[in-house]
Amino acid sequence: MNMWKSVYEKIIEHSQNDMPLEACGYLGGQNATVVEAYCLTNIDKSGEHFSFDPKEQFDAVRAMRTKNQRAVAVYHSHPQTPARPSQEDIRLALDPEMIYVIVSLAAAKPEVRAFKIVKNEVFEEPLDIIDG
Amino acid sequence: MKLTINGEKKEVASESMTVTELLANQGVEMPDMVSVQINGDFLERETFDSRAVRDGDEIDFLYFMGGGSRE
Repeated sequence: MNMWKSVYEKIIEHSQNDMPLEACGYLGGQNATVVEAYCLTNIDKSGEHFSFDPKEQFDAVRAMRTKNQRAVAVYHSHPQTPARPSQEDIRLALDPEMIYVIVSLAAAKPEVRAFKIVKNEVFEEPLDIIDG
Repeated sequence: MKLTINGEKKEVASESMTVTELLANQGVEMPDMVSVQINGDFLERETFDSRAVRDGDEIDFLYFMGGGSRE
């Protein structure tokens, strides 16, 4: 998956701003490239868990439609743990078409990785940051 | 019956269908884990079995999105 650099920077910034809580949102794509981040509210207000605000979730998807984007990925942060899906992430990965992006702030340098999760199996997706 | 489902205009063969039946028709395997809006209004999950969809309805459904670093 390709991701515009501006989006990459935005999701890291969102994750840092929401510390110590987990941040979350959608990533809108055109073709195979993520071109926009939709920062959503983590209604769990937790540093260990997130749930999208349902109203914001629908609003974001509708906004994507108007821009000829589609929800190609979901992102969330792991404030204290590595950028790999937890058992909870795997259990709640209900959409096999979705790519799950995790922003880890556990180390001094943020780490961003992408995964597909299909029937509880995790597959890392190559993530290329491109100009945009 | 003509419906708009997740932004796409579609025609379903049945003239009478509940939300539960529509979700099954659309291949939703875990209806307990989706939120549904009809014409922009959220639907309570307990009404999925009884709420009929009507010709011209705009129906959106999305999977619950959640997770977290907790193991």
